[in-house]
Amino acid sequence: MKAFTYERAGSPAEAAAIVGRTQGARFIAGGTNLLDLMKLQIETPTHLVDVNHLGLDRIEATPEGGLRIGALVRNTDLAADKRVRKDYALLSRALVAGASGQLRNKATTAGNLLQRTRCPYFYDTNQPCNKRKPGSGCAAIGGINRSMAVIGASDACIATHPSDMAIAMRALDAVVETVRADGATRAIPIAEFHTLPGDTPNVENTLAAGELITAVTLPKPIGGTHIYHKVRDRASYAFALVSVGAILQKDGSGRVAFGGVAHKPWRVEAAEAALAQGAKAATALAFAGAKPTEQNKFKLVLAERTLAAAIAEARA
Amino acid sequence: MKFTTPAGTNPIDQGKIVGKPTPRIDGPLKTSGGARYAYEHNEAVKNPAYGYVVGSAIAKGRISAIDLRDAKAAPGVLAIITADNAGKLTKGSFNTAMLLGGPEIEHYHQAVAVVVAETFEQARAAAALVRVDYAREKGAYDLAASVDSAVKAGGNNAKVGDFDGAFAAAPVQFDQRYTTPDHAHAMMEPHASIAAWDGDKLQIWTANQMIAWGRGDVAKTLGIPKENVRLISPFIGGGFGGKLFVRADAILAALGAKAAGRPVKVALPRPLMFNNTTHRPATIQRIRIGAGRDGKISAIAHEEWCGDLPGGGGENSVAQTRLLYAGANRLIGQKLAVLNLPEANAMRAPGEAPGMMALEIAMDELAEKLGIDPIELRVINDTQVDPEKPERPFSQRRLIECMRTGADKFGWAKRNPKPGQVRDGRWLVGIGMAAAFRNNINMKSAARVRLDGSGIVTVETDMTDIGTGTYTIVAQTAAEMMGVPLDKVKVKLGDSSFPVSAGSGGQWGANSATAGVYAACVKLREAVAQKLGFNSDDAVFAGGKVRAGKRSVPLADAAKAGEIVAEDVMEYGDLGRKFQQSTFGAHFVEVGVDIATAEIRIRRMLAVCAAGRILNPVSARSQVIGAMTMGAGAALMEELVVDKRFGFFVNHDLAGYEVPVHADIPHQEVIFLEETDPTTSPMKAKGVGELGICGVGAAVANAIHNATGVRVRDYPVTLDKLLEGMPEFA
Repeated sequence: MKAFTYERAGSPAEAAAIVGRTQGARFIAGGTNLLDLMKLQIETPTHLVDVNHLGLDRIEATPEGGLRIGALVRNTDLAADKRVRKDYALLSRALVAGASGQLRNKATTAGNLLQRTRCPYFYDTNQPCNKRKPGSGCAAIGGINRSMAVIGASDACIATHPSDMAIAMRALDAVVETVRADGATRAIPIAEFHTLPGDTPNVENTLAAGELITAVTLPKPIGGTHIYHKVRDRASYAFALVSVGAILQKDGSGRVAFGGVAHKPWRVEAAEAALAQGAKAATALAFAGAKPTEQNKFKLVLAERTLAAAIAEARA
Repeated sequence: MKFTTPAGTNPIDQGKIVGKPTPRIDGPLKTSGGARYAYEHNEAVKNPAYGYVVGSAIAKGRISAIDLRDAKAAPGVLAIITADNAGKLTKGSFNTAMLLGGPEIEHYHQAVAVVVAETFEQARAAAALVRVDYAREKGAYDLAASVDSAVKAGGNNAKVGDFDGAFAAAPVQFDQRYTTPDHAHAMMEPHASIAAWDGDKLQIWTANQMIAWGRGDVAKTLGIPKENVRLISPFIGGGFGGKLFVRADAILAALGAKAAGRPVKVALPRPLMFNNTTHRPATIQRIRIGAGRDGKISAIAHEEWCGDLPGGGGENSVAQTRLLYAGANRLIGQKLAVLNLPEANAMRAPGEAPGMMALEIAMDELAEKLGIDPIELRVINDTQVDPEKPERPFSQRRLIECMRTGADKFGWAKRNPKPGQVRDGRWLVGIGMAAAFRNNINMKSAARVRLDGSGIVTVETDMTDIGTGTYTIVAQTAAEMMGVPLDKVKVKLGDSSFPVSAGSGGQWGANSATAGVYAACVKLREAVAQKLGFNSDDAVFAGGKVRAGKRSVPLADAAKAGEIVAEDVMEYGDLGRKFQQSTFGAHFVEVGVDIATAEIRIRRMLAVCAAGRILNPVSARSQVIGAMTMGAGAALMEELVVDKRFGFFVNHDLAGYEVPVHADIPHQEVIFLEETDPTTSPMKAKGVGELGICGVGAAVANAIHNATGVRVRDYPVTLDKLLEGMPEFA
């Protein structure tokens, strides 16, 4: 860990302004990911701006009948919120499928969206990694990649996004609210928030420098059966090999987003249109153009079977 | 004391304290944080400096240049040690590679420098500024690709009868290959040491299972007399074989402390542990069995291919096959290739753990092929003598009873032998079993016992407690021998100034170390009897008193005029050669496999063990359930994944190297058969800590096969290996 300076911001706008004008500055919220990465010198901020204590920890109803979730709402609190459990059960289920109780007590809503990948080469500073050190190469493509992306990857990076919560947010059409360094606010639909690696895998989302997430809003509830099935080698405390976040309606229509398969939550509207025809048809469309490796091609079979299980569960 | 003939009746047989379920006496210290682990001796070591280890970025090659300028200039830095300024270092007797590399690099994350600074954070930050240029050399990292270069090695190459002829003639032939991956000990406490010099005397607080080995290797590595080294290791947060030997933390702390002129703490950071220290090596195993249609084995062969750094050893995964099942024609072989991966060495039940993972699937497959129940096949091929030397009987062998008891308890009779038939909601359910087998080893072990005027008995031995419960069984032994309650016994362990014990390894610790305490107590009883004017043969030690005939004297009276001290060592004759001393058991596992996703979840586990006298059923059970859990990890998830281009274990943290969590282990049960083995020691005990892991992996794999019909022979059994064979699901 490199030595760094620290301050508490007085308001979200002030936090954004400080980070916007300070070279090497980063926001710190729960710290469950950033501090680990700092210890390994994968992240080397020179200045930390603490955005706890800014009143961003509330969950409120929106005039549109949805929910506005403060950026600093802890994963535990969000998962346990009665409104979330009743109307957005997918979100609650995805949250409790992630990490451990201790981590969820600390981890925040915004921080969860901004988690860095768990690619082992990203974590080893001796190894090439375009995400950690642009231009150094990707060790995972020709190396160990059982857990890596099967679709949307590039020649520069095949990392996945590790979040469970983000899969639910994607299926729920969440909107990310931010304040920018110049004080302007904007709302980014979740579909436009995370990016594919392309030639710049170090860029993982569409936030501008200094831009701070203040809240995530959910549109009004759409009903349906909410299923989050996270498939992993051990029963808990592991990242998804594949996860399926599905909201399925009685008429066979629905929404589905996949985790563990791409650099961002993977949702294909055309695939959803085919949901009524079953998992085979839907996943064929969702994963059209997939380029799995020898080690992770099982994920395509697994995604189909996991979706089939979700459909069967919804019908039961 | 020399143990040369089977034990007769002795005070341990009273069973007032030994053999009674006893909560660990060090439990309150551990749960309250009062137990000091290697890195935590803050009262003993004031004002330490902190060392941070830099690991090699390449697996094989040379350091062409090291630039320390930025690191030296960083805040708080006191010293930086590299091979250039460390002075002459000699490789320890128990090490395969140098603990401080350079200029030659032998494996990935081999230590190449330690940076010592005022604070841990400063040392870590400065360590990142050490710039090392490497000249990479080509290495061998792929075991499967190195099989042809492997040469005969190890202690398990044996031929009995005519294997080839008997196998060819057998009505039923079975021939399969199995693989087990590299495994990490992944203990909770990292390798850690604090070193302090007083003139030319070196004291190291460390985490080490084998104090005397460690003391010797510290001295050898640093080139100083053994007498000048003191190792202290009272509590160890898990070892599993990973702390049998002196590792880089101890040596670099000593070098750092010398250079900084003050005590230095060094702990290996978690991401360094997987490649810097030792691991259980991967194996390729071929098993061939020839049998009659009645299930009787006529020919059995077990061969291993393994890899290690030059000078290393193999895994001995074939060892149990020399002893477990009958058969007149036998072939056992081991071959070892040079691999430039980190050094291989012992991990919980080296040999049997991965060996049984293969052999016990093979037996399940053979049973299926023969149409014989897997337990019956094992019963048919039971042997009460060493199959290679029939004149050597087993001292005790109750494998059949273990299997029968387990079958009853687990509901084996309800198992459907046809795979893929049992469904519970979304789960395909299966049951599997495996035999458990691990040899018993006795090691010379010494102890000192003191009796003071208040009647307190203090035991001192350099024996270690790696979480196994040593403190408690040592106290139980001394209490039983001296006729005092448990709270009148104090136990001091893990200090090289105490008599040299067996140490903790190879499941020899419990029986051997308590036998050493027994020997010292026999001497103390003689001294007490003499002091109190008793004939030591008549004296009965009970209730805090010594009694003979009508005369009874408080034990404490013997030490009124001053402490009485007795010391002895238990040594062994040839009973271990006359008798084959082994421990036996049976594992039963029920699994569910998700019919859609092929996720595998254990539903319940049972182990039945026959392992001599169980000294403390509480800590013995704890050992066995821990071993079962580790076996479940080996079955389902544990694998050090090798990058065959760069030559290192890629998943080098606990997020990447998965071990079971509580949710993976819903229900475990352990049954110990009542048994004493008078050939092992006056304690009549054996080990259980390793028996508990042997066979678990195969029992899980066999249960998965029973659930799904899919046979996986390459561990770990993960869902991607099942998917293709799973039923259609749409």
